[in-house]
Amino acid sequence: MSALLEPFRRPERVRRLTAELRQATTRPWTLMEVCGGQTHAILRHGLDRLLPDGLELIHGPGCPVCVTPAAAIDRALELSTSPGVILCSYGDMLRVPGSAGRSLLEQRAEGANVRVVASPLDVLAIARDHPGCRVVFFAVGFETTAPATALLAHQAWRSGLTNLALLVVHVRIPPAMEALLAAPEGRVQGFLAAGHVCAVMGSEELEPICQRFRVPVVVTGFEPVDLLEGVLCCVRQLERGESRVENAYTRASPPQGNAAARALIARVFEPVDQEWRGLGVFPASGLRLRPPYDALDADFMQASSPGIPAASLGSPSICISGRVLQGLDRPTDCPSFGVACTPERPLGAPMVSAEGACAAYWHYRQRDGSAAAGVP
Amino acid sequence: MEIMHGVGCPMPSDPAERVQLGHGGGGGLSQRLIEELFVPAFGPADGVLHDAATLAAGPGALAFTTDSYVVRPLVFPGGDIGRLAVIGTVNDLAMVGACPLALSLALILEEGLAMAMLRHIVAAIRTVAAECGVPVVTGDTKVVERGKGDGIFITTSAVGRLGPGPAIGPPAVQLGDAILVSGDLGRHGVAILAARQELGFRTDLQSDLASLLPAVQALLAEGLAVHALRDLTRGGLASALTEIARGVGLELRIQEAAVPIAPAVASACALLGLDPLAMANEGRLVLFLPTAQAEQARAVLQTFQPEAAIIGTVAAAGSAMGGIVLLENAYGVLRRLTLGQGEQLPRIC
Repeated sequence: MSALLEPFRRPERVRRLTAELRQATTRPWTLMEVCGGQTHAILRHGLDRLLPDGLELIHGPGCPVCVTPAAAIDRALELSTSPGVILCSYGDMLRVPGSAGRSLLEQRAEGANVRVVASPLDVLAIARDHPGCRVVFFAVGFETTAPATALLAHQAWRSGLTNLALLVVHVRIPPAMEALLAAPEGRVQGFLAAGHVCAVMGSEELEPICQRFRVPVVVTGFEPVDLLEGVLCCVRQLERGESRVENAYTRASPPQGNAAARALIARVFEPVDQEWRGLGVFPASGLRLRPPYDALDADFMQASSPGIPAASLGSPSICISGRVLQGLDRPTDCPSFGVACTPERPLGAPMVSAEGACAAYWHYRQRDGSAAAGVP
Repeated sequence: MEIMHGVGCPMPSDPAERVQLGHGGGGGLSQRLIEELFVPAFGPADGVLHDAATLAAGPGALAFTTDSYVVRPLVFPGGDIGRLAVIGTVNDLAMVGACPLALSLALILEEGLAMAMLRHIVAAIRTVAAECGVPVVTGDTKVVERGKGDGIFITTSAVGRLGPGPAIGPPAVQLGDAILVSGDLGRHGVAILAARQELGFRTDLQSDLASLLPAVQALLAEGLAVHALRDLTRGGLASALTEIARGVGLELRIQEAAVPIAPAVASACALLGLDPLAMANEGRLVLFLPTAQAEQARAVLQTFQPEAAIIGTVAAAGSAMGGIVLLENAYGVLRRLTLGQGEQLPRIC
């Protein structure tokens, strides 16, 4: 195992934290981890099975691939088949189907020029190396990937590259947290906030959420020890009747965030109302290019424009991913889970993405497997 | 040219020389390629070519296997497509306990491939075939137009002779068997990802590409009751174990902490969101044999790879749904190990 991660996976620390949690928990509580990376870590390491009875973790909408609206994927599909276009994307966007069920992976197999990049700055080199092509970057993700897109936009604009464009579908976490708390069916009593989002944005944006909704919000990391520490802080606040922003991930996430990254986001982007796939439109929950960077926009229509309906995730009777993304249902509550819907033949985006809750359950909790595995 | 060292080939090594369509056309260029590159590398010793090779098979059963090789880049840290094409097929034979007798070599070249690269690959094939003790007895070359191939595609087939012991394969796996791996996992997959230079990370990792024949021969020479072997190629340990579990309808239980993963592989996978258990290997095997022989088998395997380890057992009959693989983590929690989804795609954040 990586020496960097080993201390945060150590079994004796995990055992001590679960013992502390059992002591601290006197009533049932429902916490939501916001980020899909956290969901996967919880299920992969089986942390939910180590929690005391009544302490429930429900899974939030923090999967960038899952919430990218079908209309944006349709636009990416359309661009990828335009003559002379090289479409660059993060790898896990490639499998997600658009509204007609087609994915970039299928389109690539049919000859579209789709490339996987790990860093947006790779797109600059591709654009320079292919002056005769129009290079489009499919810029998705939360505040974690927005600074890198902003840097790409800034460098492209400054260097006067004319063959580079951005299809921007960046989303912001705090408005989604507020929407989940305001929803009448909502069950969230405390949040584990995404540590890497706070590493960029700081925890300042979370304060109004605590104050308005009277819920604890704990900035939490991604390894087993980090996650259990986040859960413990959240439970202790709930048991004491507190609702503060608390940082359980200080090693990576300073309270003020990353000033340079925040400045870059503010310089390049402005908030815009944004559709989240399966959830609807949340005010100011997206980012769009502001002048002069908007010259790079790959003419994608933002969902705030009137007249664009919220794209569905397939028929709600067979796919409940909208409810899964809000933490209202578990993936295994879905009649299609593992039967009509698998990562190879997904009905909804959460089954496709490496961060999606349905994929996490499929990988780690398939029905036939979980029956045999049981709780140790 | 340095790349030519050891080929012993009389063809001029003009660095600008490239494969042309005519090299596969059956005419003069084809003849020259065969006479000046392939015959010196592979024989026959008398230089007289025929339509088919004849083999003296002798008594006993034969094993026969074939595989096609595509890899980008053609030369990667720790190997190249030529070495891969011989070792991969020899390893397939080794997994049934067979010793290779003869190998066929079919090349599909892309017009424009640097002749120096072709010579490098042919030299690598000659060297590794000699290391594995298998002659290249027949072959074929075709050339496709530029843009219709990826430099070079190779298909090799091989015939091998089976040893006298009981059949080695998944049907021989028994309840209570120990499960071992012959070394640490995922090096090949990570080395190839890094060598493509698309993901912007560098590593000193080399592919684990290696013949598994010596290790298998050593296990058999010790008189160990090897029940099943599987070389861990694409899909890694996850694919190999799930295939075997499904095939035999048994529950395999793996101790996650016992599976050897090099720190550099673990770090690269953590960073890219890839599963080291699903990463490709080209010189590692998984072994099933009676638990009483597990320590002895590990000691034999460790003479080849110090990281060889006992990773689990065949724990129970499968559920109603058939065989499954369960991974037990350091916290005592079980989860199911599943097949990867084909191509592993790095995640967003």
